[in-house]
Amino acid sequence: MTAIDPTAHLTDEQIEELGRELDAIRDEVIASRGEKDAAYIRKVISVQRRLELTSRGILLFSIFPPAWLIGTAGLSVAKILENMEIGHNVLHGQWDWMRDPKIHSTTWEWDHVSPAEQWKHSHNQLHHTYTNVIGKDNDLGYGIMRVDEDQKWHPMHLGQPLWNFINACFFEYGIAAYDLELGKNLHKRRRNNPEFRARAKAVGRKIRKQVLKDYVIHPLLSGPSFLTTLAATFTANLVRNLWSHSVIMCGHFPEGVAVFERRSIKGETRGQWYLRQMMGSANISGSKAMHIMTGNLSHQIEHHLFPDLPSNRYAEVAVKVKALFEKYELDYVSGPLPKQVFSAWHKVFRLSLPNKKVKQTPKKTEKELVAA
Amino acid sequence: MTSVALRSRAWKLLELVTTPLLPSDYLDLVSPLRAGADLRGRIEAIHPETGDAATVVIKPGRGWRGHVAGQYIRVGIDVDGVRLWRAYSVTSPTSRADGRITITVKAIPDGKVSNHLVRKARPGTVIHLDQATGEFVLPKTRPAKVLFLTAGSGITPAMGMLRDTRLADVVMIHSAPRKQDVIFRNDLHDLVADKALRLLELHTDTDGMLDVARLQDLVPDWAERETWACGPAGLLDAAEEHWARHGVSERLHTERFRPSVVVAGDGGEVTFGKTGKTVEADGATPLLDVGEGAGVLMPSGCRMGICFGCVTPLKSGAVRDLRTGEITEAENGVLVQTCVSAAAGPCELER
Repeated sequence: MTAIDPTAHLTDEQIEELGRELDAIRDEVIASRGEKDAAYIRKVISVQRRLELTSRGILLFSIFPPAWLIGTAGLSVAKILENMEIGHNVLHGQWDWMRDPKIHSTTWEWDHVSPAEQWKHSHNQLHHTYTNVIGKDNDLGYGIMRVDEDQKWHPMHLGQPLWNFINACFFEYGIAAYDLELGKNLHKRRRNNPEFRARAKAVGRKIRKQVLKDYVIHPLLSGPSFLTTLAATFTANLVRNLWSHSVIMCGHFPEGVAVFERRSIKGETRGQWYLRQMMGSANISGSKAMHIMTGNLSHQIEHHLFPDLPSNRYAEVAVKVKALFEKYELDYVSGPLPKQVFSAWHKVFRLSLPNKKVKQTPKKTEKELVAA
Repeated sequence: MTSVALRSRAWKLLELVTTPLLPSDYLDLVSPLRAGADLRGRIEAIHPETGDAATVVIKPGRGWRGHVAGQYIRVGIDVDGVRLWRAYSVTSPTSRADGRITITVKAIPDGKVSNHLVRKARPGTVIHLDQATGEFVLPKTRPAKVLFLTAGSGITPAMGMLRDTRLADVVMIHSAPRKQDVIFRNDLHDLVADKALRLLELHTDTDGMLDVARLQDLVPDWAERETWACGPAGLLDAAEEHWARHGVSERLHTERFRPSVVVAGDGGEVTFGKTGKTVEADGATPLLDVGEGAGVLMPSGCRMGICFGCVTPLKSGAVRDLRTGEITEAENGVLVQTCVSAAAGPCELER
């Protein structure tokens, strides 16, 4: 926990210079985007589809325990790849430059109960524009949790470790509810809003299709393996949900990540926007396989600076970004997955109690930028 | 139930199995050329024709419906990871026994696709195709006398016709800078030896450009001939004027290759195609603001180029990315982020 604004030592000129340096990093990647990058995403998509097909094929015989184990493991990995390295990144427009209508943010639909269109709005637009701004970025606790001292405590928050665990198990449904802003929209007044009803209907359609596929059609195709296949797909979805929830918690929740006041982003310059992304995100360190399985959200800081750069380039970008953190004496929050997950959960528990029960955070500096 | 209805019901069931993808997304992995797939082709060979032209042999997918000699196809190929589409005349005869088709490509200076096809593309590459189209074809009842007036790569549709049909009386006036630049030169001279063609070959580096006024001397009965002309705009303009002046316009058929003359400027007239609104825009104002200023309902999002919520098809013209200065020219299926793009000359958005 830092007592002072971690960016207070920077002058306005330095912040703008930092912005220009980040723009230069971005331009360099854009200028060198090409065949190798296109081959990468095509390869990942092809591997993912083959893995899913094979795993589903094996699960037709899931009545035999080894088949159940292999099929479930394969399907879990396939679902993780589909959501993380493919779906999330395609929907960010990272691959739009290829002009392939089949790998494009406007046409992609993913293996997730939240329709791509709605998720793009709540995630790409709201979360990525207003990253970590209290009251503007609903990703801060997904509207069900208190993840910063500056958020008001309510007795309901006592249960937040439990909500968070349930949310982790059924994460994709949590996201769908979140994209619909259910908490806000379930009030009598808003429930009948035609726009909300249309969106809720789209989610309903998507859920029906997803559930039908995973819990009816594939088990039925398995004949005598009906129940075991059902259990396998349920397990794969659970594994995928727990994994993506963990990865995503590591992006903005660990200790050392800053949150911002609504007023602080008024008239924000490009340099200040970049700085907010830098201070508001955290990375996961690890192997190449780890980066791919997290959809390169292990490079959350780089992703937040450049959400539209191809994910396979974040690793090389990270070296340059890290150098800038050092140059400007900023704290690059990163750590291995277990450490970051623990840190995030620790915060969920800590903030389930009112502030007076924990060490008081310092008053805000003039910039109203506070490290949580 | 009919078999068609049965099949469509089976397909619906299969879609439930593969949702949110389609069965074809999986089938494409193993059989991209199968019946029912989006039309694609596989490059099987690339034969050099001249120093800067090559013939590409393509095995089209099962959905290929064939072509009429003289027609063109649009080809979509990934160059440096970006899918680009260009139109090329089919140069193979319709009767080719192995079902393959060929296009013949001349590498033009700075031409991304043509240089890629002539110098870099490799057999085995799967490309995207559109069905053959175009009116630049011979009529069903073959004309008694034919004239081909061609220059450079304008020879390609004419060659497609010559290879496809034996015509009773056909003259060709073909221009190319030098002897070694004449595409299909050997094939043309074989046809001449075979008495299937009378050829007037002009080398413009030494002979100068063809003056249509000389036509009377070169082919005295030109006005009686059904003429197919293909080549640079200058030649076609001159031909159209000449044929019109002599009152025989109906005998002249021309094919213009799409001139890629988008001159990227700074600002320009922006047209919103669907709403029919047109406004003048400078080179610094995002198209999103331009549209909203004109009262067009524009999709929008973060307004800073990160969310891709504002992407809109660019139908014509060119735009400049305000962050990188990169120019994007209109092409089929090109979408631009209106919040960070400004007009780089006249352009049209689908809004």
